[in-house]
Amino acid sequence: MIRQDFREILRLVRPGSRVLDVGCGEGVLLDLLTHEKQVDGRGLEISAEGVAACMSRGLSVVQGDADQDLDHFPDRTFDYAILSQTLQATRQPRHVLDELLRIADRAVVSFPNFGHWRVRWSLLHRGRMPETEALPLPWWATPNIHLCTLADFLALTEDLDVRIDSCAAFAGAGPARQIDPTKAIENWRAETCLFMLSRNPAPAGSPTEPPAPSGDLFDG
Amino acid sequence: MAELDFAGQVLSEGGTWRFPAHSPLLLDSGGKLENLEIAYRTWGTLNEDGTNAVLICHALSLDQHVAGVHPTSGKPGWWTRLVGPGKPVDPARHFVICSNVIGGCGGSTGPASINPATGQPYGLSFPVITIADMVRAQAMLIEALGVETLLAVIGGSMGGMQVQQWAADYPDKLFSAVIVASASRHSAQNIAFHEVGRQAIMADPDWKNGAYAQGKSRPEKGLAVARMAAHITYLSEPALQRKFGRELQRDGLSWGFDADFQVESYLRHQGASFVDRFDANSYLYITRAMDYFDLAAGHGGVLAQAFAGARHVRFCVLSFTSDWLYPTAENRHIVRALTAAGCRAAFVEIESDKGHDAFLLDEPVMDSALQGFLSSVERERGLAK
Repeated sequence: MIRQDFREILRLVRPGSRVLDVGCGEGVLLDLLTHEKQVDGRGLEISAEGVAACMSRGLSVVQGDADQDLDHFPDRTFDYAILSQTLQATRQPRHVLDELLRIADRAVVSFPNFGHWRVRWSLLHRGRMPETEALPLPWWATPNIHLCTLADFLALTEDLDVRIDSCAAFAGAGPARQIDPTKAIENWRAETCLFMLSRNPAPAGSPTEPPAPSGDLFDG
Repeated sequence: MAELDFAGQVLSEGGTWRFPAHSPLLLDSGGKLENLEIAYRTWGTLNEDGTNAVLICHALSLDQHVAGVHPTSGKPGWWTRLVGPGKPVDPARHFVICSNVIGGCGGSTGPASINPATGQPYGLSFPVITIADMVRAQAMLIEALGVETLLAVIGGSMGGMQVQQWAADYPDKLFSAVIVASASRHSAQNIAFHEVGRQAIMADPDWKNGAYAQGKSRPEKGLAVARMAAHITYLSEPALQRKFGRELQRDGLSWGFDADFQVESYLRHQGASFVDRFDANSYLYITRAMDYFDLAAGHGGVLAQAFAGARHVRFCVLSFTSDWLYPTAENRHIVRALTAAGCRAAFVEIESDKGHDAFLLDEPVMDSALQGFLSSVERERGLAK
């Protein structure tokens, strides 16, 4: 059974493209992309167990985290950089998003929407930090330090002058629903959002070779 | 030589390969070595396509006996966790090669060898060699063995330095590269510890400016102290504490300078047993080669440039949390350069309290990571499904 957000990412990613999966866990998505879309995949994962699992799947995964290790990739190394359910756990989400769109032509980003009605209801009714299907842990145990709503995220994309190529919403284990993220109702309805983003202006339709890395930035 | 190894299961071959006459090894120092000999061992056979050769590069105090049984000590090879039947590198599938570095004392030409020009042992007239010189000699050996490309070149510590040098100098011969607990350059602290070891050797009156081969005694005391100091850097503080704490050798203190503490006795044993199997001048030359190692220096100071030709090579880098000799930061520095160069790299820091030596010890996460990496490399090379 393939996770619904993975299914949506599989649909979005062009076959044979270069993909970086940031926070790739045990490499389930990278493995799917490699086998079903023949991508040239790389991964970044914070846990040693996750990386070891990826290595035994034959995936090229580096132990590291989004906050610190994206800086070392040359510009436009990838066609897609995927950040699945991780943005809210980074220390500098704005910088991370900016970096994703520096190293890749397109960023695929998903996050739990803190504007979802269950979250709002939990806070309004119980006066407690919400514990929902998408946000299952108590406040003191959650790795999510930078939660945002769909509207907050839209504001950030405008701020960074980032183009929204597509947006899908998920609720529970249901299938992806293509949405117009600017509609106010979606900020109530979407439990999890998945965006495909690119720089303004749009990258060329066909994949281009990345410039040869000069390495100048990577001395140290 | 050809003998049955691994309890009679696998044929091991090897011997000494001599550079052809009139083709000296040209050295980074500007010097050259004539009639160079390289001692090596192999296990398994090269397949028809020549795609299954694996080169193992050894660390400072080790030798070509990576697997099987050591011919003089009778002990198992130093990396039988990695190399052997049913192991990630398996003579049943791979053609395994391991050679003694030049400057060493395991049979390859080194300071204890006879200088053909004088008929006397080289001693200090042996030229200073570098990691790149060692690799250049290995490349000649590989060619002589009929191997055009290496499925993998694998090494820990100084072996990892050789692997990086291979990637920089002979990327077209490589399909994959494994660097374990290593660094792309020696830090001030690394050089400092080596200098302590060298000074200990050179302060021994039996060293005789390196010309001890002609006399009766060797600088055993100096070499033992060098080994003792170095051995501490291979362990971690928690590992030493766990193993020895403040445990005493006997009941009560001696109120003198005997080995009261078990850790003292252990270190003395490490030092004393090392002199039986290692040459003091080789120790000077090899530590010097490591100190001189700075891969970025030859590439405009940018490590990524050293790997620019290796974008097709699959890399695996491993480090250990308690390794303070070549700490994770140094290994990560390599990984970042690989990333910047556009190479395909896998990297994991393995949780261990065993210090630098962890790479030679029981570390199941390392085993599974290497197994996973190498099997995927084999699949990609068309050697397995």
